[in-house]
Amino acid sequence: MSTIKINIVSSSEEIYSGEATMVYATGTLGELGIAPGHTPLLTGLAAGPVRVQNGSEEEAFFCSGGFLEVQPDLVTVLSDTAERADSLDESEAIKAKEIAEQELANKDATLDYAKASAQLAEAVARLKTIQKLRKKQ
Amino acid sequence: MANTKEVRKQIASIKSTQKITSAMEMVAASKMKKTQDTMLEGRPYSLKIKDVISHIALASSEYPHPFYEERSPKKACFIVVSSDKGLCGGLNINLFKQVIARSAELNEQEIESCFALIGTKASAFFKSVGGEVVAVAEKLGDKPNPDDLIGLTKVVLDMHKNSDIDQAYLCSNGFVNTMTQQPNVEQLIPLAPEEQDESSPTQWDYIYEPEAKELLDGLLTRYIESLVYQAVIENNACEQAAKMIAMKNATDNAGDLIKELELLYNNVRQAAITQELSEIVGGASAV
Repeated sequence: MSTIKINIVSSSEEIYSGEATMVYATGTLGELGIAPGHTPLLTGLAAGPVRVQNGSEEEAFFCSGGFLEVQPDLVTVLSDTAERADSLDESEAIKAKEIAEQELANKDATLDYAKASAQLAEAVARLKTIQKLRKKQ
Repeated sequence: MANTKEVRKQIASIKSTQKITSAMEMVAASKMKKTQDTMLEGRPYSLKIKDVISHIALASSEYPHPFYEERSPKKACFIVVSSDKGLCGGLNINLFKQVIARSAELNEQEIESCFALIGTKASAFFKSVGGEVVAVAEKLGDKPNPDDLIGLTKVVLDMHKNSDIDQAYLCSNGFVNTMTQQPNVEQLIPLAPEEQDESSPTQWDYIYEPEAKELLDGLLTRYIESLVYQAVIENNACEQAAKMIAMKNATDNAGDLIKELELLYNNVRQAAITQELSEIVGGASAV
């Protein structure tokens, strides 16, 4: 029986890699069944199970969304680690911008840590040189 | 001439510093293993998404994505990945030097720069140096979550979409081995088109479900995110390795310093005894 190679990965780990006679997944437009020799296909994945059938054995993985790429001899599932929604992305983006603005606003703060540590390093270096010069005398 | 008490005090203080640095060295060594594991765990995803992206580049798609488009550049954004903590030798500063050099290079071609910063050290540096900072992500910890970087990446990609920037660079340290970390400035956008393989079958395209535009947008965004995430976890591994080396050097230097001071201490002690003796002898002969 012919098989197709399947890789399931998420951004923090490799979930599954192996051969399959049939792969079932939940696409954004509905359930998909992929057999070896499938025509190239690119689709989004909805939250749902991805089932990998190899002969009589079957394994199932939950996937909370992501992408599915099909080549005639290869299926790649790029799974997201978390549910993604545009609104969530937006709020994350705003957060990153806010931190940047806060940093700028803090510029005149009385205690500038970076500056203080730089001055400290300079003072230590100066002290060292003085000590060295003294030793030579 | 220094007195014995002073020298002894100095030796004691250096010894306690040495204890701290050697403890930090050991902590860094154990963290290094973990961060390297994290780095390796993230690799499959970035390799696979790279494969998919290269397949897409080969497909004669109906929709040319803006990330591949070469615009006449006016402004570039640097995504700078740094560590949150210091005491890791020249790791961060070497990277910043490269970023500044590249930014100056672009400036000569009349391309402005702005910065999206990851890590406390980068934001502290660019605060003192100046420069337009558009987004910051800090305190991601030793095992950063990919989700923590979504916001920052989105800011940069949105700026690209609105034509506020025309190029994006990813600046981070590459992990060569424990002893060597290589600062890199890599071009993210526009994406370098894959070299066309002559032997590849002609003219084919995917079936897109639902729309090519929607899918490619999502996929390429994920691709950029995965590159940034990979850079962050690789930089973490670099940080721990650099920290271990820096702390090892500090411990060794403290040892050398202690040896030197002990010699000095003995000299001073001997001098004091000799002086005392000669005083006693002098006093006795005077009587």
